[in-house]
Amino acid sequence: MSLLRRLLRDRSAVLGLVIITVLVLAALLAHPLATFPQDVTTYHLSNRLLPPGATFWFGTDRMGGDIYSRMLFGARLTILIAVVATSVSVLIGVPVGLVAGYCTNRVSDLLMRVSDVFLAVPQIVLAIAIAQTLGPAIQNVILALSLTYWPFWARLVYAETRSLRNEVFIEAAVALGASPLRVMVLHVLPSIASSLIVRTTIGMGGAILVAAALGFLGLGPPPPTPEWGRMIAESREFLPQAWWYATAPGVAILLVVMGFNLLGDGLRDALDPRLRRGGDGR
Amino acid sequence: MRDLSVTFTTEGGIARVLDGIDLSLLQGEIMGLVGESGSGKTTLARSILGALPPNARLTGQTLRFDGRDLLTLGARAAAEQVRGRTITFVPQDPFSSFNPLFTVGDQLGELMRWKSPDRQPGERIYARARKRADRDRTLAMLRSVQLADPERLLTKYPHELSGGQRQRVMIAMALLPEPRLVIADEPTTAVDVTIQAQILKLLRKLATERGVSVLFTTHDLGAAWEICDRITVMYAGQALETAPVASFFREPMVPYTRLLLDSLPSRDAGLRGIAGDVPSLVAPPTGCRFHPRCPGASDVCRASHAVAVALAPEHWVRCHHPHREPVRA
Amino acid sequence: MIVRRCLWMPPTLLGLALLVFAVSHVIPSDPARVMAGENATPDQIARIRHQYGLDQPLPEQFVHYVRDLLTGNMGTSLFTQRPVADDLWARLPATLELALYAVVLAVVIGVPLGVVAALRRNSLLDHLVRVITVTGLAMAAFWLAILLQLLFSMWLGWTPVQGRINGWGPDPITGFYTLDAVLRGDWDTLGQSLRYLALPVLTLALPAMATIVRFTRAGVLNVMSSNFVFYQTAMGIPRRRVVWKYILRGALIGTLTQIGLIFGNLIAGAVVVETVFDWPGLGGFAVNSILHSDYNAVMGFTLFAGVMFIAINLLVDIAQSLLDPRGR
Repeated sequence: MSLLRRLLRDRSAVLGLVIITVLVLAALLAHPLATFPQDVTTYHLSNRLLPPGATFWFGTDRMGGDIYSRMLFGARLTILIAVVATSVSVLIGVPVGLVAGYCTNRVSDLLMRVSDVFLAVPQIVLAIAIAQTLGPAIQNVILALSLTYWPFWARLVYAETRSLRNEVFIEAAVALGASPLRVMVLHVLPSIASSLIVRTTIGMGGAILVAAALGFLGLGPPPPTPEWGRMIAESREFLPQAWWYATAPGVAILLVVMGFNLLGDGLRDALDPRLRRGGDGR
Repeated sequence: MRDLSVTFTTEGGIARVLDGIDLSLLQGEIMGLVGESGSGKTTLARSILGALPPNARLTGQTLRFDGRDLLTLGARAAAEQVRGRTITFVPQDPFSSFNPLFTVGDQLGELMRWKSPDRQPGERIYARARKRADRDRTLAMLRSVQLADPERLLTKYPHELSGGQRQRVMIAMALLPEPRLVIADEPTTAVDVTIQAQILKLLRKLATERGVSVLFTTHDLGAAWEICDRITVMYAGQALETAPVASFFREPMVPYTRLLLDSLPSRDAGLRGIAGDVPSLVAPPTGCRFHPRCPGASDVCRASHAVAVALAPEHWVRCHHPHREPVRA
Repeated sequence: MIVRRCLWMPPTLLGLALLVFAVSHVIPSDPARVMAGENATPDQIARIRHQYGLDQPLPEQFVHYVRDLLTGNMGTSLFTQRPVADDLWARLPATLELALYAVVLAVVIGVPLGVVAALRRNSLLDHLVRVITVTGLAMAAFWLAILLQLLFSMWLGWTPVQGRINGWGPDPITGFYTLDAVLRGDWDTLGQSLRYLALPVLTLALPAMATIVRFTRAGVLNVMSSNFVFYQTAMGIPRRRVVWKYILRGALIGTLTQIGLIFGNLIAGAVVVETVFDWPGLGGFAVNSILHSDYNAVMGFTLFAGVMFIAINLLVDIAQSLLDPRGR
């Protein structure tokens, strides 16, 4: 049974896929989909804090902007941050893990010690430290995320490479004269590809959560950028009256992260039945 | 057991693992269940225990043990009264049958807590007096399976014991509840060759001493010859022949049995096998399942599996064309 | 095995110090300016630069930094003007009390739930549990906090909106309000402090519970197919006993490794949760420091959190090797 068909048979994975597709579409088509696209930058104080209704589907925020439209543009930020931060982490972490796992010299030890040190601090704490140093801007959020995220991939790839090193097919490749680089890229990498894909998918969800937390703490892109975490932070002083202000972005975050998680779980089940352990963790 | 059948529902279809098995065991006898892998002997053993996987369905006319019909017994009653008490089990792999995180003594103690012969039905608390008595009983049994220093053994973890020691403990565990029947599933497969004979003789000695029946599955005819009183041959889920051990080897009557004995390596004949392959259990041959490979098969063999007939004292045969003359040597 | 881990501690701690040092002194182009704040005059910046030795070569600065750390000096908070170490130490019990309650709650509810879900695989309960776990792991902690606050404090009025206690806490012995209240027989304060604890603990516990349920369920399913489970079942040992004594231990060992991960998430969660509930713990301290650009404090917090995390992971490793006899 092909991968796609297996994946499509898993209902929760399909749900995840649908959610992510909606997210991407929302981001791409933000302009035509938004009812008040100009509200990303302009404000109309006369409309502030209106509850959800016919004109303002999710209500308005403290500057009178339409929450629905702002959220659509916020989706762009979310995707951007998730994709870029995760990609950079993967691009750093995977080679580090490969080299560290395959070689058995001091370099390998050192690489792992370094990633251990990074992992010694809870990710968000370190991200806060970095983001605060650099200042509130979207590129700093991405940088902070990448710098704190890569060790997770390094660890994962390291462990898998280490266990694969003793496999017969690796020995065979080496015996045939393949250089270490060749072995790593052409032999090890494809074998670990499936768990890598799963981890990356779930990792994007994690990146969104950390980014939202940074935004919540004021370390993300400054106003009036419609970053979802920041919107929730802004809403706090208007509770409990303006309940819609906090709800919409929060639900959006929930759905998007859930989407990535479900898709990741589904991919895990579809890609490698051996990994299927009935809802195992990361 | 009469007309017992078991099917497994698998992804590839319904596998008819056991087909109309008739079997009876006398008290105190050691019956060997011989067959190649896939013949269904392990499944048969598990059916008696009632330990089949959830995708299995068991149908049968009778499964009577000690006067009770096991087919109608409820699951909980079976677990409490029969399994581990009147019918016990010696597994194939003693290593993985121990929980690696608990000491041997703990696991033995657990068994005795629920299955000791001193236990009263419906008992709720494990009285200290019984605990002591059970411990003495356990130590005595460990000595009788030829394990030295049983007190220390109880404090060890399973990975600290040798394979032979583990299997002896398993035998002890099977005999401690004072059962009427012990089902041993290929008990020597996981043990070194040098120890196999010892374990088998030990099992026979203890069983005959205590008047316990043993149902002993194996693919090793030599092991069967060592300790069995009677042997039943199985092929692809069907029971073909049951005979006392002497006449089994001297006058096998079913063609499959003959071919099986012939295929044992011998000095003059070298290595011989039986032509053909073991059939798939999802789409098995009709009638006698050996007929595609049987040199003496005819149409009636394809039509039906013969009813059991006793062609000699205690020598039952299910074949349309059994041989009558004895083999040489 | 454990000895090896302990030997690696000092270098790891040193590495941690180096990392924090790098973030605070190397990344910014002008650390003095960052520390002085946005509105500082060039004079003030120069003064700070000299005062904190930022005009010295980097390696020297690092040596000073480590030396200071070894004496427990993490610098002075720019905002409170007190040593950062003192501030952190004073706020530690509040966060610990929160974290401990959260972990206990998560384990006490999560483990049985995970076991039952595994036993009744694919039943309605199992699906419900999986929905809850997936949701719990996808929720932003701060959002959950706000939701709970909205629901229970603002709309229903069952719990207070913010803070750790109304008025003064009990006379401190341990710094844990609940424990101190019990030790002093002050039942009124105990009740109060439990009410204030309720929502923050719940917010922290939920994601932790989700992780625990997930791993326990996976662990139980994994162990359930083992031969020794088959053996005990075949020998008629009661199912309940097999599950809760023998299967559980195997499953828990796998879950234990996740405690480190969970604790990391707790610290992360504490940062935002304490903000929402105005809880006077380490997380709140960190966020306050961020708001006031109190540089030293944030770095001190980072270092402190790192050390705690390393210690917890070491403890978990030790516990695991003690529990699994195969490793010995």
